[in-house]
Amino acid sequence: MSATREYEPVIGVEIHTQLRTRTKMFCGCALSFGEEPNTRTCPVCLGHPGTLPVANAEAVHYALMIAMAFDCEIAPRSIFHRKNYFYPDLAKGYQISQYDIPLGRGGRLGDVRIHRVHLEEDAAKLVHAGSSGRIHGAEGSVVDFNRGGTPLVEIVTEPDLRSPHEAAEFGRLLQATLRHMGVSDVNMEEGSLRVDANVSIRPAGQTTLGTKTELKNMNSFRFLERGIAAEIARQEALVRDGGEVEQETLHYDPASGSLTTLRSKEEAHDYRYFPEPDLVPIAPTDEMLERARAAMPELPAARAERLERELALPADLARHLAFRTELGDFYESALAASANGDARSIANWITNELAARIGDADPAETRLEPAAFARLVEMVGAREVSAGAAKEVLDALVAEGGDPAAIVEQRGLGMAAAGELDAIVERAIADNPDAVEKFKAGKEKAIGAIMGAVMRETRGAADGGEVQRLIREKIGA
Amino acid sequence: MSDDLLDLTAAQQAQRIAAGEVSGEEVFDFWRERAAADELGAYLWVAEENRGGTLPPVAVKDLFCVEGVPSAAGSRILEGYRPPYSATTVRNLRAAGAQVLGKTNQDEFAMGSSTENSGYGPVQNPWDRTRVPGGSSGGSAAAVAAGSAPWAIGTDTGGSIRQPASLCGVVGMKPTYGAVSRYGMIAFASSLDQCGPLTRDVTDAAILLGHLQGRDPCDSTSLGIPEGVALPSAERLDGLRFGVWGLEEEGVEPGVADAVRATIAKLEELGGAIKEIDLPNARHGIAAYYVIAPAEASANLARYDGVRYGPRDEANGDLTSMYERTRHDGFGDEVKRRIMIGTYALSSGYYEAYYGTAQKVRTKIARDFRAAFEQVDFVVTPTSATVAFELGARTADPLAMYLADYFTVPMPLAGIPAISIPCGLSEGLPVGFQIAGPAFSEPRILDAAYALEQAIGFEGVPVLR
Repeated sequence: MSATREYEPVIGVEIHTQLRTRTKMFCGCALSFGEEPNTRTCPVCLGHPGTLPVANAEAVHYALMIAMAFDCEIAPRSIFHRKNYFYPDLAKGYQISQYDIPLGRGGRLGDVRIHRVHLEEDAAKLVHAGSSGRIHGAEGSVVDFNRGGTPLVEIVTEPDLRSPHEAAEFGRLLQATLRHMGVSDVNMEEGSLRVDANVSIRPAGQTTLGTKTELKNMNSFRFLERGIAAEIARQEALVRDGGEVEQETLHYDPASGSLTTLRSKEEAHDYRYFPEPDLVPIAPTDEMLERARAAMPELPAARAERLERELALPADLARHLAFRTELGDFYESALAASANGDARSIANWITNELAARIGDADPAETRLEPAAFARLVEMVGAREVSAGAAKEVLDALVAEGGDPAAIVEQRGLGMAAAGELDAIVERAIADNPDAVEKFKAGKEKAIGAIMGAVMRETRGAADGGEVQRLIREKIGA
Repeated sequence: MSDDLLDLTAAQQAQRIAAGEVSGEEVFDFWRERAAADELGAYLWVAEENRGGTLPPVAVKDLFCVEGVPSAAGSRILEGYRPPYSATTVRNLRAAGAQVLGKTNQDEFAMGSSTENSGYGPVQNPWDRTRVPGGSSGGSAAAVAAGSAPWAIGTDTGGSIRQPASLCGVVGMKPTYGAVSRYGMIAFASSLDQCGPLTRDVTDAAILLGHLQGRDPCDSTSLGIPEGVALPSAERLDGLRFGVWGLEEEGVEPGVADAVRATIAKLEELGGAIKEIDLPNARHGIAAYYVIAPAEASANLARYDGVRYGPRDEANGDLTSMYERTRHDGFGDEVKRRIMIGTYALSSGYYEAYYGTAQKVRTKIARDFRAAFEQVDFVVTPTSATVAFELGARTADPLAMYLADYFTVPMPLAGIPAISIPCGLSEGLPVGFQIAGPAFSEPRILDAAYALEQAIGFEGVPVLR
């Protein structure tokens, strides 16, 4: 993003997240996780004549938690509407959703304002046979109703995002928040988290909004970022050439990087929303609100803020730990077990060394104990072991567990005792007069030869910084 | 022994079964033969298996889902459909000892006032076979009147129990919205539909309603009748105030007005106080009803798309024509008319003018009733402005047909209960008298209707019985 842009992008996102309830939104069917098609169905979610929906109390509970997580105003009586359209994945010919009185309104997550939070039901899944892969022109299409009726929460932001990167970062924060609350699997590839983006541009410095387009269903934050960037570029090129942005719904193909129109404004549906007469309003009682509040863990944004404030961690380090709940949890356990409480070093060792070793895994699932990890970081700090040797120890701890001091001892990785190192350094200086001369003459790099000699002698167990300090001291430079 | 079952009310038959004078199987067989011999078009299906029961079997309007039994709501679009589950009301009746005798004919999806809109042919009125039985629960009303069912259930959205009860000379009651579960009732207009009894007399209606009512976890809008339903026993109406509405309205046939006036005189004889009342917004009831009910119906009927059940016409191959042809072939004219009205009323740009305004009128009508019930205990009206009309007389004029519900539409719009009892004859055809009360006042309405029923002593029996 260049600093002086002609146009400013304005982005808002709409996120659908499947709730991790036991049963569907309006019937008693268990949620489906890849079962045989049409085995998680009943007369209600198949839209049989005469059936009626009954709202899932657990879904309402999760939705209240989500609304509370964003500090939304919770409606005393929110109502369901029917959103009417014909499609084979919609058993009743309408989706039950919330419309003008959503469950939550007007919140915030990080720097982004939340416009609304509402409950609805998911559609079924269509599978098209034939070359096009789309329903028109398909040789045949079949419907799997297992997903139909899965509870969804839709979260809509205000247009507060200003770059594709910000949008993706916001998405990650939201994902971490929902995951941490345990209300959703938030898996984008499996579709339990789905992101749409509303994108417009305006001349830099202007405050009115331009015509927006909607990018549908990007299934990773990387694609979200690239899709939005592509759409901003398309709009800028269009406007620069004197054209106008048309309101439409677009699909971004990450493979080709191309944007295709799904629906133009003229093709937009008239959903004929009206209040769902089969359901009563959601009127949360004090007890329901209290229960949702009590179920709320500390959220990633709050945790990052606390780590930054109480432990003086840099912002990006604090976010790194807080947005990956399992790293944050491991961090706080290690810190509690640490004798010297070196918050910064433990954080750095987790985000750099440990994260590199375990990838996306949960450290609690490895054999590494938080106390052992804390002890290892302490040993480095106390120069009992070099940073390089400590990495080797960490490898062993992750793979086999155990006590770092014992591993150091066993493998002879201990830092030489202070007096011993002194003697080794002096010997190295004596053995390398050329290097000493060059160094004294200003050739900084010459110190490498002396250090190399020390390291060979100590088999790498000496701390590089300490060795350098000693050499400089003894040469008198 | 069996022959005199025809002369007994359902309650009397139940007593005989309980006393061991007749078995449940014998009673079931008797009625099954009567139902199978029906020549009025009242039945769409008659039970094949004798299930006995401690209560006489019940004729059930086609739109109630009964597991494994054809349940098409009178529509060709559900021809051959056998539901995988049974309605809560049907389950409640079975649990009480009343089995399903058969499925009765009705206007398609309960849209009509004459049962001429059935996809399976009209029903004839047992008092005069050239006339309609009313609708939409015309099959249930005709079956009870003709003695091909001991009792029946129907549904009332704008009058579909009370108006056919009136035209066939039987008792019909629409309970308070929420008194009876709607689960398993094929929906017409969800905020109005209620299930209720059609019976020979008020006592049978009370018994049947007692078994039907109750809160159902499958219907979020159900509450049941908090105090339950006791057998009515009142002999006098002392101290009760009756508000008369509608006798001066245009279109009330003189014979109907006479019978209703004579009944009002009986209320006074029984000790009741009579007062003229006004429901200023009730005359807009039909207009509001014919926006709200079609709007809800346009969504309720969207599921009949040929995808999951029912007939499908896929001659053209693509999805849109499959939808169009299936729905074109499956729905009758009146259903299509109401889907179009409802779709239009909910459309962007028209919603406030039509649906929004209709809801405001609905609120005003409910307020009118509340105001009335501060002055009186009950509101009484003719159930129908006319006696049964000739088959075909109104089919070309939908508006004339819609006006058949003039006196019955305001109550469901207000969500309140009302009963129609036969009160006399005009031109040899039955006249119905309607008593409406506040929400959940069913026990008091039934008591008043019972006292009045004894005083009227209506003994009219249709030629066909």
